[in-house]
Amino acid sequence: MSALLEMRAITKTFPGVKALDEVNLTVRQGEIHALVGENGAGKSTLMKVLSGVYPAGSYDGEIHYDGALAEFRDISDSEKRGIIIIHQELALVPLLSIAENVFLGNENARNGVIDWQGTFQRTEALLRKVGLREAPTTLVDKLGVGKQQLVEIAKALSKEVRLLILDEPTAALSEADSQALLDLMLELKAQGVTSIIISHKLNEVRRVADSVTVIRDGSTVSTMDARSQPITEAAIVRDMVGRDMAHRYPERQRRAGEVLMEVSDWNVWHPEHVDRQVIRSASLHVCAGEVVGIAGLMGAGRTELAMSLFGRSWGRNVSGTVKIRGKEVDVSKVDRAIDAGLAYVTEDRKSLGLILEETIQRNVTLANLQGVSSGGVLNENAETEVSEKYRRAMNIRTPSVFQKVMNLSGGNQQKVVLSKWLFAGPEVLILDEPTRGIDVGAKFEIYGIINELSAQGKGVLMISSEMPELLGMCDRIYVMNEGALVGELTAAEASQERIMSLIVTE
Amino acid sequence: MALAEQTGGETATKSVGDYLLSHLREYGLLFALIAIMVFFQIVTGGTLLRPVNITNLLLQNSYIIIMALGMLIVIVSGNIDLSVGSVMGFIGALAAVLIVNMGLPWLLTILICLVVGGLIGAAQGYWVAYWKIPSFIVTLAGMLVFRGLSLWLLEGQSVGPFPREFQTIANGFVPDIFPAAIGQALAPVFDARQVNVLALITGIAAAAIIVWGGMRKRARNKAYGVVDEPRSFFIARNVIIGAALIFIMYKLSTFRGLPNVLITMGVLTIIYAFLTERTVTGRRIYALGGNQKAAKLSGIKTERLTFLAFVNMGILAAAAGLVFAARLNTATPKAGFSLELDVIAAVFIGGASMSGGVGKIVGAVVGAFLMGVLNNGMSIMGIGIDYQQMIKGLVLLAAVIFDVYNKSKQG
Repeated sequence: MSALLEMRAITKTFPGVKALDEVNLTVRQGEIHALVGENGAGKSTLMKVLSGVYPAGSYDGEIHYDGALAEFRDISDSEKRGIIIIHQELALVPLLSIAENVFLGNENARNGVIDWQGTFQRTEALLRKVGLREAPTTLVDKLGVGKQQLVEIAKALSKEVRLLILDEPTAALSEADSQALLDLMLELKAQGVTSIIISHKLNEVRRVADSVTVIRDGSTVSTMDARSQPITEAAIVRDMVGRDMAHRYPERQRRAGEVLMEVSDWNVWHPEHVDRQVIRSASLHVCAGEVVGIAGLMGAGRTELAMSLFGRSWGRNVSGTVKIRGKEVDVSKVDRAIDAGLAYVTEDRKSLGLILEETIQRNVTLANLQGVSSGGVLNENAETEVSEKYRRAMNIRTPSVFQKVMNLSGGNQQKVVLSKWLFAGPEVLILDEPTRGIDVGAKFEIYGIINELSAQGKGVLMISSEMPELLGMCDRIYVMNEGALVGELTAAEASQERIMSLIVTE
Repeated sequence: MALAEQTGGETATKSVGDYLLSHLREYGLLFALIAIMVFFQIVTGGTLLRPVNITNLLLQNSYIIIMALGMLIVIVSGNIDLSVGSVMGFIGALAAVLIVNMGLPWLLTILICLVVGGLIGAAQGYWVAYWKIPSFIVTLAGMLVFRGLSLWLLEGQSVGPFPREFQTIANGFVPDIFPAAIGQALAPVFDARQVNVLALITGIAAAAIIVWGGMRKRARNKAYGVVDEPRSFFIARNVIIGAALIFIMYKLSTFRGLPNVLITMGVLTIIYAFLTERTVTGRRIYALGGNQKAAKLSGIKTERLTFLAFVNMGILAAAAGLVFAARLNTATPKAGFSLELDVIAAVFIGGASMSGGVGKIVGAVVGAFLMGVLNNGMSIMGIGIDYQQMIKGLVLLAAVIFDVYNKSKQG
């Protein structure tokens, strides 16, 4: 069979980062091609290059599509050629009907007047094709994630798709919905649709994929063909994580003290989908001076666990107990959790961690205004002193603490968030992706700060999607999958292969 | 980005021009107010700044300013209150019914009215804060409800007049505590019949306090190496503000002295400026408006704070209602009609941001005065209400466009 798509030596550079480095990807006509790799390996960037989100000219290398050089200027350009991408976050309008969503931007209209009869008929045909038994007039709002996924596929089919790209299509789906979706992919393949599936779930990859390309750190590692020889999960895992461990992490004296925080039987349900349990009886502990990691894939429930612990900031019907130094504490509100000695450094610092329009000083003192006031009246001198202290200690690069935080780089913003929580004086810090989106130098500084905290006897619970980071920093690592802690490894036992296999063999 | 690259951490010495550019908004507002006053002073042939007109200006705008204080907090917290005009009218009506029809003592009535105002604010704030119903809708409903309630309460009639003591809330003047002899002795100096020494001394004292406070803050900033305002600007600003204050007070002193309302306004402005800029609660309101989610995750009780912002707005709307009724000496069903728009306009002209988290009490007060001077000046000139409305609308638009333009330029 001939190749439908050939991406040759694609290189894409962002300021300071080489996201893709001479990546090659060949997808043959009529196959299902799986693209696998760790979070941040460059899969999504590659698909954005392909679909024209990053237009021709903004990357190096060539895309050959359907036998000719293709230079897509934007998404509509690639869609015209039949390349349709379905993102992890679904792009449906919740308060419009299925039919309206399917033909959104591609309306079945004559002179601007929509032909509703035709729209509904065509939608019904498409829904039959994807096996969704819903009326075209049903609001998308009323559908579960699995069915919404099918609507997205129906939408793709309505545009005469030739190359369908699914980005983590089953991440948010139940087991049954996932199976149905995979069946549909095979069905579409039989009808001649070529697809690329991006997935972490290797059992699914093995089930549907004809060939697999593994990407790591922005480079193609290997391409395996299921038709020549069976693909094993072990082989994929090896290629996914097989990077050299030469990453540098500052040295730290590892000595765990008494148990600081103990969480028992923690259960959380989804705030909107009331029947979905997001955290399943999780129990964990963190000792004084210990850095404990939580590994897992996106959607495993790590952030949800952290935020529900921190004042029930996420989820509903939260149950379970939290003990600090052996005493049960009330963490039902954020201010109580702070009083109990918890701090949560969010993964989303811009929308949850900082007030971008405010100065560094005002952000640093925000979680502990009592510490710079007496009788409810702020002492601005004390505020300036405190923020200056953290500016020096954290090496926040800024002309002054009266600078607005939106003018800072990502790494420096993260240091401001850390300063805020250190000033609140916690016993246990939960760090959610503390080095996401910041450069290598700043990462190293953040690691140094984490080590400093543990040396002071604080407990650190660190969520990270970068496994080398967890392995380099943590004394102990919990592995989380689908809302449950499925394993616990000491630093000596832990390896990327062991973590990955704990996740994927679930 | 360039800032992030700078490593030294020392304040870069900026040129005077750079400083002016980055603080155009604050100075712009002050300059605009002065420019407008000078303009009207000239075109009205000196009528604008005659003592009787200054007194009038203060009385006419007092209730707008009182409500602007509360509105600033509501807007900074990321909400809006469209009901204040109606609430103000309703409280005026309530006061009239309680005093005139039912014969309640006026002091008790004031207390009842302020409590009712607070309850009205609580009733609206409850839905906004705890049910997350958009404040625009809740207070739009409130606007209609309280407009109707005033009509019902007054049975469509005007009710009045009020007893003398009640009227003095708005129309009274603070008696001169200094011996009349001093005032008479000073009178020839100022070419006036008599001089209210209290007003004069208050003006000088207020100017002195402002200058002294400014110098103290500057000295403190210097100690931390964060002096950003050039010396010439600091001096010019303080001289202008101080001189303007003394000038206004001098004018007032040659008429009937300090209006009671001016004292109320002044004290409230100081209290709210202190509350918003110097207290933990104030800081939290700005954080709430700046980023509600981040504020909540920092342990701030965002719901309670929103609720309290509306309670406070209700109390201030009630206070404004009392002043308004006392000034007109009657309560009419039409009182406060569309006044909420003047209040909101004042706050936005004063530099507050629609999205919350930005704005200052002093800005809102200056914004209200700016609108007041425009109204007053145009009325003296005999410009019709049609043109007045158009001009006011364009001024509001210009102020906000200026804001947005300024912000986009700073990046």
